[in-house]
Amino acid sequence: MGGLDKVLEDTAVELLRRAASELRREYVEALYKAMEKCEGSIGRAQLDAILRNIELARKSSEPICQDTGIIGFIVRVGEEFPVRASLRDILVRATRRATEEIPLRPNAVDLFKGNTGDNVGLGVPIINLELVEGDELELTAFPKGGGSSNVAAHSMITPGLGLKGVKRFVIESVARAGSLGCPPYFIGVGIGGTEDHCMLLAKKALLKPFQVRNPDPNIAALEEELLQRVNELGIGVMGLGEGPTALDLHVEAAARHPATMPVGVIMSCWALRHATAKVTREGRVHLL
Amino acid sequence: MEYRLKTPIQEEAVRRLRAGDIAYLSGTLITARDEAHKKALEMHARGEKPPVNFEGNGVFHCGPIVKRVDGDWRVVAAGPTTSSRMEIFEDRFIEAFRPSLIIGKGGMGERTMRACSEYGCVYGAFTGGAALLGAQGIRRVKEVHWLEELGMPECLWVFEVEDFGPLIITIDTHGRNLTREAMDRVAAKKEAIISSLGG
Repeated sequence: MGGLDKVLEDTAVELLRRAASELRREYVEALYKAMEKCEGSIGRAQLDAILRNIELARKSSEPICQDTGIIGFIVRVGEEFPVRASLRDILVRATRRATEEIPLRPNAVDLFKGNTGDNVGLGVPIINLELVEGDELELTAFPKGGGSSNVAAHSMITPGLGLKGVKRFVIESVARAGSLGCPPYFIGVGIGGTEDHCMLLAKKALLKPFQVRNPDPNIAALEEELLQRVNELGIGVMGLGEGPTALDLHVEAAARHPATMPVGVIMSCWALRHATAKVTREGRVHLL
Repeated sequence: MEYRLKTPIQEEAVRRLRAGDIAYLSGTLITARDEAHKKALEMHARGEKPPVNFEGNGVFHCGPIVKRVDGDWRVVAAGPTTSSRMEIFEDRFIEAFRPSLIIGKGGMGERTMRACSEYGCVYGAFTGGAALLGAQGIRRVKEVHWLEELGMPECLWVFEVEDFGPLIITIDTHGRNLTREAMDRVAAKKEAIISSLGG
């Protein structure tokens, strides 16, 4: 399986490069639209700087932001896909190479020894593994910067407060994030499951297709309402009150224990960076 | 108003700036984040001097990506990091080292505001994430200190910059703080939104 190992490693490096340097087209279009609509000169100056920066990154294939994040991968492994046990080693090698080649900023800090220098450390890169049907592997590189991670929020709402309690917590969390996480934001909300699982749901909500609502009409309505409400907060571009507060918001839900109502809110800065590819068992790569 | 600032920036030029002005910096810009602030202040407390002179210069809350190319440093990406983390240090830092311009993102709080008024310093917000635009304004790396000890994001990079910006002055020497003003408005709206929520 040496050949397939190498394909996976190269693919992971390429995905990290793409994630770091190319913002998805629909996000860029949304930022252009925001600039057309923005009336304030401070908001416009910042959106202009953002758009010029995106263009520079696309041309040079260099990172959009110097904070290239803690490296995370979401891997969906088909049950017939031949590579399993060596996946961690492959993604660790890819992370080291990407750090050197792209380059990425070394961000993995050991609790006792300081910066490891290569984005690899205890449990890092973070690998989230899902087993799925089929004989392909789907790999998503999802690096996450520190600025917007610092404003993530979690709460165990009193279940009796119901959905109103959930909404309140989301609005309060975004208001608290304010200017700190580089708005305009993308917002992922996870509701239900357990204390840990709702955070994972919130994280995965960030990866949902842009402005495509949840297939469940109740969740879709909640997404619409929360997106509208957080924009009414008026945080604006970089927290100076002009332009949009959030470009999109997704909710992912799971059933919960009757005594608990876990809620997670994870925000991304305007540079929501991720890239995905599918690899067949024969080693063919399809960038998505 | 739009200003072109050149280091060392004179105090009267700093005090002329008003919240909402846009500035571009040329001259010396030194990166410092959490660890560098802490270390510089610890040295100051012991009566020692840090290896760089901040006076009249810009301090940049930034952990850049810098690459060695043919023996020289090349700055690949250099955008601002979240400044509020430095709030616990900045007033003492400004008092001890007298920089003229603090550059970062997300704004800063009361302690920094007071030090800015007292010692003649302003805060310029650089657009978060605009790291390549930032790198474009950096002509060269003049020096680097504490690289081994603190690592690439945390060490002191001394840059020579030209027309670095746009920087939106959000804290001036006259007691205005645009980020705080915006966040006060957000807090008021938040209360109204929450009280109108349905179940």
